Amino acid sequence: MKLTLSSSPHQRVRRDTSQVMRLVILAMIPGIMAQVIIFGFGVLIQATIAVITAVITEAAILQIRGRSAKFALNDFSAVLTALLLAVSIPPLLPWWMTILGTFFAIAVVKQLYGGLGFNLFNPAMAGYVMLLISFPAAMTLWLPPQSLASIQPDFVNVLTIIMTGFTESGHSMDQLRMAADGITMATPLDSVKTALSQNYTYPEALDEAIFTNNLNASAGAGWAWVSLAYLVGGLFLVKINVINWHIPTAMLAAAALLSAVFYIADSDSFASPIFHLLNGSLLFGAFFIATDPVTASTTDKGRLVFGAFIGMWVIVIRTFGGYPDAVAFAVIVMNMAVPLIDYYTRPRTYGHTAKRARKP
Amino acid sequence: MTSYQDLTLQGLWKNNPALVQLLGLCPLLAVTATFINGLGLGIATMLVLIGSNITVSLIRNVVRNEIRIPIFVMIIASFVTIVQLLMNAFTYELYLTLGIFIPLIVTNCAIIGRAEAFASKNAVVPAAYDGLVMGAGFTVVLVVLGGLREMLGNGTLFKGADRLFGEVASNWQLTLFTTEHPFLLAILPPGAFLGMGLIIAFKNAIDATLEARKPNSENIITRARVTTES
Repeated sequence: MKLTLSSSPHQRVRRDTSQVMRLVILAMIPGIMAQVIIFGFGVLIQATIAVITAVITEAAILQIRGRSAKFALNDFSAVLTALLLAVSIPPLLPWWMTILGTFFAIAVVKQLYGGLGFNLFNPAMAGYVMLLISFPAAMTLWLPPQSLASIQPDFVNVLTIIMTGFTESGHSMDQLRMAADGITMATPLDSVKTALSQNYTYPEALDEAIFTNNLNASAGAGWAWVSLAYLVGGLFLVKINVINWHIPTAMLAAAALLSAVFYIADSDSFASPIFHLLNGSLLFGAFFIATDPVTASTTDKGRLVFGAFIGMWVIVIRTFGGYPDAVAFAVIVMNMAVPLIDYYTRPRTYGHTAKRARKP
Repeated sequence: MTSYQDLTLQGLWKNNPALVQLLGLCPLLAVTATFINGLGLGIATMLVLIGSNITVSLIRNVVRNEIRIPIFVMIIASFVTIVQLLMNAFTYELYLTLGIFIPLIVTNCAIIGRAEAFASKNAVVPAAYDGLVMGAGFTVVLVVLGGLREMLGNGTLFKGADRLFGEVASNWQLTLFTTEHPFLLAILPPGAFLGMGLIIAFKNAIDATLEARKPNSENIITRARVTTES
């Protein structure tokens, strides 16, 4: 029998980076499928554009930095960043904006800080925020869900509108946004925010056509299904231990708790916790964005704090801020706080006494 | 006594107030949304710098060491007031555009830095020349950053040139492209920070290339921010 001496850690690596990244990509499939069913083929085209841009950008920058491009591309992190960005942006965004956002995410936010493992900010969300503040009009143009749309673009038309801004028959983006009754349709978050700012009450805001579905009175048609599909993927990731439960749980609990406080205090001018959880990107962000191992906190206690503060910021910015959704801003703000959180939540080393009295 | 060639090199490149000393970043980042705004503030800063350097140098043997900083600040404030009134009289629209950042030239550390580090220790002519090249170095960075942001954000260059140069310049504006989706990031403050970072990186890259080419360079310890003598 051969005995080998080796230094710690003795546990063998069960998964390498590329396996983790591929599992996350796998877990995104239900959500992406839901987006295709509800919002059309746009998301697939955006994903293709983003992935190609990300891979080319990553290879080019690594070439300039004198690193092995093959090694870095094999870990699939650039592909994952591109996919996360592609599912966050509106499906019919002009192609060059997608390329610009992906390039910014990979070249500036990831590679200029030193590549995978060294970036301070979540690349996909930083790219998203860059696009959002640069092109606020285009970045908030979502098509109505296909069940409510008056014109349903097919695959060819989706492609031509991304590339040229018009369908084959010459319909512009504004015409496509019309719902069946000829009213321009906003996203659920946007429509409630607008209604509340015009002094409508929250129950009145829910009368909009976008909320006509049979899932829940406060869930946007189609949007809630996308969120739930990502929830399924996220739970799968927790189940197979690719991500810890701490961040999603803390984030969703904090968001639900804070919105519940507002809602109980004044249910006419604040949206309900169910509304906040099912609309926008809260569920997607909790499982796929905030859990990024590079930019999130690294201790268990720290992860709880990190997640809870993201949840708090999401509700605060959604309720009082200028933009309808806030996951990207919340994640980026808390990315900055990660070194501080990690400093104060260092776990006790075995053999050293903690400051507090130990429990028996 | 330092040679004029050395002073020029220091002001424009090696010890550039904006790129190396990183002084005066507030106006630098705030007003450089267009080429002309950058040029206007750059020239105003340069005039103040020349004036304050000359005056500080003239009185350097009279002022007691303990109270020199308040005296310098008062001298700088006087010159800023002069420049502000001149701009109010001759370039009124630019004066309105730059707004609070003209009086804020007083707080530009590059100016009091040069008064303390150079003008208070040197004769009038070198001090005036130092003010000129330091101001020019600052202006070049403002103009490059302003030009970059204006090109990326608006697709134009020299927009509003008539505000600085009068009626002659009213058709100087170059339109590189027109778009219905302006790249707002370049015009907003984050674009200024990103652009500034890229310009500094570009300068450092050039320096590194020059350093690598230089044969048998001796290792001299240099400090990035020179506060005593330069």
